[in-house]
Amino acid sequence: MLQIKGLRVSIEDKEILKGINLEVNKGEVHAIMGPNGSGKSTLAAALAGRDYFDITHGRMIYQGRDLEEMEPEERALEGIFLGFQYPVEIPGVSMVNFLRTAINEQRKFRGLDPLPAGDFLKLMREKKEIVEIDSDLTNRSVNEGFSGGEKKKNEIFQMALLEPRLAILDETDSGLDIDALRIVAKGVNKLRSPDNAIVIITHYQRLLEFIIPDFVHVLYKGRIVKSGDQQLAKDLEAHGYDWIRQEVDMET
Amino acid sequence: MKETLEALETVDKYTELFYGNREQIGQDDPAFLNELREEAIRSFQETGFPLKKQEDYRYTHLEPVFDSDLSVHFRPRDISFDEGELFRCDVPMLDSRVLTVLNGFFYNPEGESLYEQENGILFGSLREAARRYPDLVARYLGKNASLKQEPFVSLNTAFSQDGVFLYVPKNQHLERPIQIIHLLLSDRNQMVHHRNLFVLEENASAQVIICDHTLCPNMFLTNSVTEILIGENADLNVLRLQNEHNNSCQVTNTWISQERSSRCFHTTITLHGGMVRNNLHVRLEGEGADTHAMGLFLLDKSQHVDSFTLIEHTSPHCTSNQLYKGVLDDTSTGAFNGKIHVYPDAQKTRAYQSNNNILLTDTATMNSKPQLEIYADDVKCSHGATVGQLDEDAMFYLQSRGIPRDETRLMLMNAFAGEVISTIRHPALQERITDLVSKRLRGELSRCNNCAMHCHE
Repeated sequence: MLQIKGLRVSIEDKEILKGINLEVNKGEVHAIMGPNGSGKSTLAAALAGRDYFDITHGRMIYQGRDLEEMEPEERALEGIFLGFQYPVEIPGVSMVNFLRTAINEQRKFRGLDPLPAGDFLKLMREKKEIVEIDSDLTNRSVNEGFSGGEKKKNEIFQMALLEPRLAILDETDSGLDIDALRIVAKGVNKLRSPDNAIVIITHYQRLLEFIIPDFVHVLYKGRIVKSGDQQLAKDLEAHGYDWIRQEVDMET
Repeated sequence: MKETLEALETVDKYTELFYGNREQIGQDDPAFLNELREEAIRSFQETGFPLKKQEDYRYTHLEPVFDSDLSVHFRPRDISFDEGELFRCDVPMLDSRVLTVLNGFFYNPEGESLYEQENGILFGSLREAARRYPDLVARYLGKNASLKQEPFVSLNTAFSQDGVFLYVPKNQHLERPIQIIHLLLSDRNQMVHHRNLFVLEENASAQVIICDHTLCPNMFLTNSVTEILIGENADLNVLRLQNEHNNSCQVTNTWISQERSSRCFHTTITLHGGMVRNNLHVRLEGEGADTHAMGLFLLDKSQHVDSFTLIEHTSPHCTSNQLYKGVLDDTSTGAFNGKIHVYPDAQKTRAYQSNNNILLTDTATMNSKPQLEIYADDVKCSHGATVGQLDEDAMFYLQSRGIPRDETRLMLMNAFAGEVISTIRHPALQERITDLVSKRLRGELSRCNNCAMHCHE
């Protein structure tokens, strides 16, 4: 579904990603871990289509198409979802209006008629249960006044509504207490299917206790330096990132 | 030197116009009205015409407009005009009473010129009201001293012959909102004056909607005055919707005086208009009065809207709140000058002011100038002004959910405007305005939407 080949990304002449290679297939859950500053968020941003950096080399191929040629909204309509690390607050734009517009854009893209208001509210209610999100949160403006945990739940709620083929969750666990973490993980697990894929970007291993990854990659100084399975995550939990740093720095 | 000479020319021009048509202006009017007119033209000669270099008018140059070749009419012109066929107001309110003012004259050929309700409420032509009830109108019209210092108000007092009079006696409530539609229709470039007077006595309440429209592409210059007197514990909502075409110039002067414990919500929404200058002056005379002044201006092309407000706190425990927001596109320009004056005795004043603006292009310009003069020491006052662009992060967030970029911009602009619209204290009206604003932002609302007439030159 997704092939990243030799991706190099710079921000204002400083190279952040130094040649990323990654392949994600249907039904897989990949975890990308790494210390702060390794380029995790830049990778997420590149996949989603932000434009504050330069792609100097390499390609990202999604379902046979070059992502660089697709606008952010196009990527979303083709099934890519980004769960933001810091979801922005948008005062004055109601959650309901926002979500209904998103759903209807998706339907338009697929040649369907817009969803009538009543059906949409029913759909929202169904999906709210997946993430155990409070009813009154959806009556407010997008993310306005939401706590950190509520914002993250709101990301997963949107994921549930939009049913993406490829979900990239950028540090979805940061700022969550253990209960919120469990609820978010439960929600993500419910959305897992053989037809979609999930890329979890995280610093800590604990989310991966609940969402069991098929593959774990370590991103360090802009490169994927190690790949493995859940055991790799457990080793990182036990020993931290130092041994990776040592291994890599010794080689260079 | 040249500027001074030019200004003198403008004053002379209008003085001559006044005396040259003295008989027609004020013919059949009661004596007190004509006395007011004489006083006003003398006052206009004294104060002169505001010049470009004067601080209060530095962003809006009205002299060239007032100096241009314009027709002025002292009798209603004979224009046969079928309201139903020619015009449909954008804000049809199911339960409002519509009053039409055509080129400055109250227009209701089939019906009453002044409605008199059993409970004593009066509304209709100011001219007719001054004839039927001279003492009542004389008691309230042009009483505010500071009015006399304002050149545009003086000019209006001298020349204006009609407008709308609303009188709500003590303890009465106007059940249905009044909707005043100011229409401009002519076969030549024209200057129009009109004067509105709204009086709410103790415990009275009313809602007024004013819509300004042009029905023809000719150039129009309107110099209007609305005097509002709100008695003790009375409550008034005013919504003004400015929708004249971009070849017109509109100067509005709104003077509000509030007695103790009274409440006023005054909202101005400017959708179209070539050059608009809105002067709003609120004087809080009695303790515990509460006033809210809101403005929303949506500009594109080369529109110019200048909002000038002065809130005077003369008594203690009063609250004032100003929220003015603008969205400026293309090469449009705007200005906001908000003055708050807190007098020495006005302890426990709470005065807040906020002006937020979004510029959509590099060529749009906004000048924002808050001014606070505070002479009491136990007060809470604040002011804030922002000029910025739409939030990129917010737009990307919406795009990342499949919403096209243009749509995300509209969503953010509507959200921005929504803050002002949410202050309108009438749910149906709020909804209607939300819809209008949304259409305006999409560029779907042109002034000609309402005009079925084929204009001839």
